[in-house]
Amino acid sequence: MSLRDFGPNELMFILLAARWTIVLALIAFIGGGVLGMVIAALRVAPVGALRWLAAVYIQFFMGTPLLIQLFMAYYGSSLLGYRPDVWTAAALTFCLNGGAFFGEIFRGAIEAIPKGQWEASTALGFRFLRTLRLVIVPQAVRLMLPPAVGFMVQIVKSTSVASLIGFTEVARASVQINTVTFEPVLVFGTASAIYFALCWPLSLLSTRLERRFAVGVARKLEQPLVMSA
Amino acid sequence: MTTALQFGPVLVHLDRLLWGLSQTIVYAALSIVFGTIVGIFGAVGRSYGPRWLSRLIGLYVELIRNTPLLIQLYIVFFSLPLIGMKFTPGTSAVIALSIHLGAYATEILRAGVESIPAGQVEAAKSLGLSPYRIVRHVVLAPAVRAVYPSLSAQFILQLMGTSIVGAIAAEELTAIANNLVMQTFRSFEVYIVVAVIYFVAVQLASLLFAGVGRFLFRWKQ
Repeated sequence: MSLRDFGPNELMFILLAARWTIVLALIAFIGGGVLGMVIAALRVAPVGALRWLAAVYIQFFMGTPLLIQLFMAYYGSSLLGYRPDVWTAAALTFCLNGGAFFGEIFRGAIEAIPKGQWEASTALGFRFLRTLRLVIVPQAVRLMLPPAVGFMVQIVKSTSVASLIGFTEVARASVQINTVTFEPVLVFGTASAIYFALCWPLSLLSTRLERRFAVGVARKLEQPLVMSA
Repeated sequence: MTTALQFGPVLVHLDRLLWGLSQTIVYAALSIVFGTIVGIFGAVGRSYGPRWLSRLIGLYVELIRNTPLLIQLYIVFFSLPLIGMKFTPGTSAVIALSIHLGAYATEILRAGVESIPAGQVEAAKSLGLSPYRIVRHVVLAPAVRAVYPSLSAQFILQLMGTSIVGAIAAEELTAIANNLVMQTFRSFEVYIVVAVIYFVAVQLASLLFAGVGRFLFRWKQ
């Protein structure tokens, strides 16, 4: 007993919703990546207060659920006299959240570079940012790339959580189609296939990068960063 | 228009939020227990099982790790009734959360199992230990110890991951918070309080897992 059958139109509806999953994930990659670099730089900065500030930021975003952060941005900011639309709230939350995780990944890679590199740069008269940009980061890239790509998989998956504040993407479109067709196996099977098609190549790339860069790595990063949902 | 933060109307309902937290902990704890059991069998099967079993477990791990928990929740909640297994939202949530964590635990524990040198297993065999004792004492015990930090990090993520089970009408902290928002219209205050509760719970859970780790693995290397 259902209002509609699961046909090509319903399939297309879910498939087209994947656009918004991809767009939100891309926003999170770029926004979170850029913010992550800033956070990582602050986290290893020579000023104690900056390091502390970045640590608090990371602790907040890694120590509370993404959904609560989304709710705070979406329903909460009305207190500041500003009611963001779903897009703004989701994009903002994913950038801020991604920034914390990327920041922690980048920091791990930066700290794996031997201290001597910093000392040598100081001896050459390089200041903090110059050292970071020209000496440390180029060497740390091979360490940060595999976990960063791995975290992109987490981002793609976690965009589904944005459906719970009403952001239309694959998960929300699937729920809508399931409500009228009541074909959960087909509907959520399709949704799973879409997410899998987006995530699997990234997972493979992450593993490949890890193998490729594993040669000549001084110290392995601590446990891989993963985000639930 | 801006208004001042008013925590009073929220804090009088603190008991309900704490009840929500207890439900969150129940979901997390049950799924951690079941997920770890799945992970132990998964890791042993993946490393020592016959080829077909190893492949099958690999497929399970990849399927689960490359799709969102939310979709897994929906599949369990909406599809299982079609084959006659009708569960409450709470049970569905525990099933989905356990299947989810099981895949991650399998992958983490597999790394531990594979770090055990083959010679160690051969030595145990030549001493005449039974296959069960080899797996239990010679492989699993040091393997779990080696990956315990990653495993407990995954458990913490599981604790926060339970926040989305409200999507299938399972009641826990986030769902209770949403009810409270409808009732008090103090959205920001409610979510701040809930964020603090989660934060404290996460920190306490980290301490707990660290303590459990020290207790379980107190033998010398």
